[in-house]
Amino acid sequence: MITFGEIINNVHTALTGALPEWLAATIEYIIIGAGLLGLYCVLALILILLERKICARFQCRIGPNRVGPFGIFQSVADMIKILLKEIITINNVDNILFKTALFLAIAGSFCTFGALQFGDGLACVDFNVGVFYILAISSLGVVGILLAGWSSNNKYTLIGAMRSGAQLISYELSAGISIMTMVLLAGSLNISEIIAGQEKAWFIFQAPIPALIAFVIYLIAGHAETNRGPFDLPEAESELTAGYHTEYSGIQFGFFYLAEYLNMFIIAGVAATVFLGGWQPLQINAEWATGINEILAYIPTWLWFMGKTFALVLLSLWVRWSFPRLRIDQLLKLEWKVLMPISLVNLLLMAGWILIF
Amino acid sequence: MSTGVNFIVVLVTALIMVGAALIIGWLLAPKSTNAQKGEPYECGIPTRGTSWMQFKTGYYLFAILFLMFDVETVLLFPWAASYTQFVEQYGVMALVSVLFFLFVLVLGLAYAWKKGALEWK
Repeated sequence: MITFGEIINNVHTALTGALPEWLAATIEYIIIGAGLLGLYCVLALILILLERKICARFQCRIGPNRVGPFGIFQSVADMIKILLKEIITINNVDNILFKTALFLAIAGSFCTFGALQFGDGLACVDFNVGVFYILAISSLGVVGILLAGWSSNNKYTLIGAMRSGAQLISYELSAGISIMTMVLLAGSLNISEIIAGQEKAWFIFQAPIPALIAFVIYLIAGHAETNRGPFDLPEAESELTAGYHTEYSGIQFGFFYLAEYLNMFIIAGVAATVFLGGWQPLQINAEWATGINEILAYIPTWLWFMGKTFALVLLSLWVRWSFPRLRIDQLLKLEWKVLMPISLVNLLLMAGWILIF
Repeated sequence: MSTGVNFIVVLVTALIMVGAALIIGWLLAPKSTNAQKGEPYECGIPTRGTSWMQFKTGYYLFAILFLMFDVETVLLFPWAASYTQFVEQYGVMALVSVLFFLFVLVLGLAYAWKKGALEWK
């Protein structure tokens, strides 16, 4: 079977053989950028359609079904429509910050997206402090949201941005600590090494009790970080119209929408990487299972990663459409009085687990 | 291909994407002006007063708490990354040495809890 690493090596040798070094490097970087960008946009279209279809099923509707077979081109049509909408800038906005907010929101989510490993050998931004990088860069989005709300010269956006800021920074803590719990087990911050450490068994099976607690906490905190589901206070449409992006129109709104959906994917992707083995296939550690292991290992690695990630995305959608919205005091209480103490204790539990086993 | 350059490529790609789409949108989209269009949205009525108004100090408290815990998280990450090596070298001491640090951290949380900083009033 051809791996991605071999393909990349072949392209690299072919390019450096035929062209001068600087040109080959430039072409490689353009391929990297264009590839990631394409994947980013295609995933966004798929996620938006998926959300609309599944939400429709939850509400006993059919969902989009006019554009293309089963409505699969609906989000493409929406994208074109949104590009053609007028970009309105209202009176007295802080125009520089208003535009900067967009760049920050997208840069935060795109750079985190680049750190995910979609398959064997598909590592783009693979720092030796990868986990730390993911946590740091993904919080750029908070700055974008706060700027968007502040600069819009609108009371709803200001309230929405403040709520969003409080929510995102609070839930970032327990997300960070639950990832740290897994770093204890991995003994490395590098994403490649974390994935390599799960070759025999995924981390969630290596230390079942603390890892499972950390996994659940990460899913809740991550879900809250995407501003969705029961935690959608920042854009609670019945009280704040659309929250921090009320005054954004046309493609500007489109970018916040894009970032929101991709953040959902990124959270699921990080959870799949850190807890469920990334692109590593499921391996059963027993004598009788060698045949099953070989069959499972035959499934391409990118399919494993996408499968796990989309399973977690579906879980997130399920949660979103099943629970009523929380109040802000309940939201902050859940984080600071429930998740935070549990995740701190869980950190020690994991440390003790490693010490004993 | 070094990781740092890759990161810059990714960052620049993101910025170019936003910039290009804004320019395309600006070129393709219709433009029109009228007096009402520039008004901030406030359920149809004219805006009253300035929008950059005072807001709850509660948010500020949570931001301070976040700062405290986030810095401590940053300090804990190196310990977490090298924990397995510590355990091989020092045994139980690897855990005990960080317990004091975590104790201070939890003390801070308990203090904030007792003071009522975690209540939303």
